[in-house]
Amino acid sequence: MGDWEGVRLHVVTGKGGTGKTTVAGALAMALAAGGRRVLVAEVEERQGLAQLFDVPPLGYDEHRVSSAPGGGEVYALAIQAREAMHEYLDMFYRLGRAGRALDKLGFVDFATTIAPGLRDVLLTGKAYEATRRRTGDRFVYDAIVLDAPPTGRVLRFLDVTTSVSSLARVGPINRQATSITELIHSPRTAVHLVTLLEDMPVQETADVVADLRAAHIPVGAVVVNQVRPAHLKPRELAAARRGRLDSDTIADGLRSAGLPASDDVVGLLTREAADHAERVALERKQRSVVDDLGRPVYELRRQPDGIDPTALYELAETLTEQGAV
Amino acid sequence: MNPAARAHRPPQFDTARLIDDRRIRIVVCCGAGGVGKTTTAAALALRAAERGREAVVLTIDPARRLAQSMGLSELDNIPRAVAGVDTSGGGKLDAMMLDMKRTFDEVVEDHTTPERAKQILANPFYQALSSSFAGTQEYMAMEKLGQLRARSDWDLIVVDTPPSRSALDFLDAPERLGSFLDGRLIRLLGGTARAGGRTYLKLLHAGFSVVTSALTKILGGELLRDVSTFVNALDTMFGGFRERADQTYALLKRPETAFIVVAAPEPDALREASYFVDRLSRDAMPLAGLVLNRVHPSQPGGIGAEQAVAGAERLEAGGSDELTAALLRLHAERLRLAARDERVGERFTSAHPEVPVTHVPALVGDVHDLTGLRRIGDLLS
Repeated sequence: MGDWEGVRLHVVTGKGGTGKTTVAGALAMALAAGGRRVLVAEVEERQGLAQLFDVPPLGYDEHRVSSAPGGGEVYALAIQAREAMHEYLDMFYRLGRAGRALDKLGFVDFATTIAPGLRDVLLTGKAYEATRRRTGDRFVYDAIVLDAPPTGRVLRFLDVTTSVSSLARVGPINRQATSITELIHSPRTAVHLVTLLEDMPVQETADVVADLRAAHIPVGAVVVNQVRPAHLKPRELAAARRGRLDSDTIADGLRSAGLPASDDVVGLLTREAADHAERVALERKQRSVVDDLGRPVYELRRQPDGIDPTALYELAETLTEQGAV
Repeated sequence: MNPAARAHRPPQFDTARLIDDRRIRIVVCCGAGGVGKTTTAAALALRAAERGREAVVLTIDPARRLAQSMGLSELDNIPRAVAGVDTSGGGKLDAMMLDMKRTFDEVVEDHTTPERAKQILANPFYQALSSSFAGTQEYMAMEKLGQLRARSDWDLIVVDTPPSRSALDFLDAPERLGSFLDGRLIRLLGGTARAGGRTYLKLLHAGFSVVTSALTKILGGELLRDVSTFVNALDTMFGGFRERADQTYALLKRPETAFIVVAAPEPDALREASYFVDRLSRDAMPLAGLVLNRVHPSQPGGIGAEQAVAGAERLEAGGSDELTAALLRLHAERLRLAARDERVGERFTSAHPEVPVTHVPALVGDVHDLTGLRRIGDLLS
C-alpha cells in the first residue's frame, strides 16, 4: 500500500516554474492506476491541465482526459470562480431574481476577483464537494488532486476560514469555510510540495512546510522534480569540479567512439563536466535540506524533450515505484 | 540551425541601450511567477546606477537573501540607498520594498481630515481591504510608482510587479479595485443613506429589499454595518480611487515607460508572456522586449546530440572508456535541453516576430549579492 492511504484530497503546490501542474497530473494518473477514478482540478484559470493532457481547453465540467495504467480513469476540471459562484448561489439560496440583480450590481465580480478569501472558498469548496460526491453508497472519485496556487500564496488559499472571517464572520459562507477547513486539517488531506534542487525553491519549500505545520495542515510528500541523471561517478565528479579530468583519456575515448578528438572537443566536454559537477554538488546540498524536512521524498527525472502524455505516464509509474501509491 | 529557423530569429533586445537612454524614466518588469522578475529588475537598476543614472528599484516580494543583499532588511516603505554600489559614474541606487497597507494608509491620510482618516483606519472593513483584498497590492504598487515618479529624486524607476495569478493583474487589478471602491455595489453594501443617482434609484426601486436581504444572508449583517461606517467616512474620497488608478495607468502609456516581459523557456511562462505582449500592444503600451531567463546555452561546434549518443552507445557496448561515454551522454543531454529551449522560444517568436529578445543563460547557483546582480546585468547586455 502507498504512502497516502485514506487521503482523499491531494493538494499539489510548489514555487512557480517547478512543474507543479505536471506533478499534479502524474500523481492523478498514479492514483488512478488499477481501475480507480481520480479527478484533477486546476484553480488558476491557466488551462495548464488541457496543455498537459493535450486536450481542448477545459470548462466547468469534468472531462475524462486520460486512462491510467491498469484501467483507471483520470478526469480533469478547470474550476472557475464565476461559475462556482453561480452554482453556489443557486444551490444554497435559490436566489432567482435577486441573484441576477446581484450579478448586475457587480457582486459576482466583487466576490470572485476582489473580496479576500471568497474566491478561495468557492474554489476549494468545489474540490470539497467533489471529495464527498457519491452515487449510491460509492464515492464518485477515489481521490481528488488539486493543482493549487504556488507556494507563495498557498497558505492563504487553504486557510479559508481566516481569509473570509474578515468579511463573513457568520452566515452560510462562514459555515462553508468551516467545513472546508475541517477537511483540509484532517488526515484525509495531504499537501505535496514540488521543488527543484535549487536554492530558492528549496528555501520556499522549507518555509511553507513550517507554515503548514504551524497551521496544522497535513504536509504530504516533497516531490523533487527535474532531477539530473548522475552521469559521472563521485570520483569523476570531484575531478571534474577541479578541472582535473584526464584529457588524454577523454581523447582516447572519443577516438574509440569514432568521433573527432580535437582539443576543442575535449575542452568543451571538460567544461561541461565541470559545470555539471558544480551543479550536482549544489543539488546534493539542497537534497540534504529536503531530506531534513522529514517527509517522504520522490524524485522525478528531468524530461529533456519536454512533457507529453507518454512522459506523463512514465512519471506516474516513477511515483508509484517510489511508494506514492 | 536550418535556414528556415534562422528566418524566425527575433531582433536582439539591447537592455544596455534601454537603460542608457535618458528619455526612459520607468522600466516595468512583468511576467509569470518564478521566472526571475525581481532579479532582473534589481540587476537592471544596479547596472543603470553604475552607468551614471539615479535609479530606484521598487520590489514587491523579493527573496529574503536578495533583499538582504540590497540592504532591504525591513519593509518600511521608504527608498534607501543600497551600499556597495559603484557611484563613480555619478549615479546612485536606492531600493525599497512595497508595504501595501502603509501605502494605502497614506493615501487615506492625504485625502481626508485627520479625524476621518483615523475613523477609516480603525474600520474593520478598511483593515481587510488594505491588507487582504485581491488587487490591493497591485493598486498600491501603481500608487507607489506614481508617487516615486512625482518626486525628482531619481531619473529612472525600475519596478518589479507583484506575484499575481496572472501578469495581466498588474494592469487590471488597480482599475478593478478602483471601480469597486467608487462603484454602486459598495454604496449599496454601505446602506442607502449616501446613495445617489438615477440608475441607482431605479435599481433600488426594482429590488432593493430582495438584494439587501440576499446580501445579508450571504455576508451577514455585521459586515454590512462595517461597510456602512466605512462608506460614510470615505465620503470625500469617492471618485478618487478610480481616478488615481487611471492616472498611473496613463503614465504607463507614455513613451518614457518601457515594459520588459520576463519569462523562462517553459511553455507556461511563455504563454503568459504572450498574453501580456498582446495586451500591451492592444493598449498601445510601450514594450521594450522579452528577457528569456535560464536558457540552456547550445555550444556551437563540437559534436551533435545524435552523434554523441551513438558514440556513447558504441563505447558502452564495448565496456570501455566509461568516462568518455558519460561525458558524451552529458553533452547530448545539454544539447537536447538547449534545442528544447530554442523550440519553445521560437514558438513565442513566430507569434510575436517583432518583439526583441535577449537570452540569459542558466547559471549555476542563485543570485543573492551585488556581484551576482552585476553578472546578470552583464549577461543582459
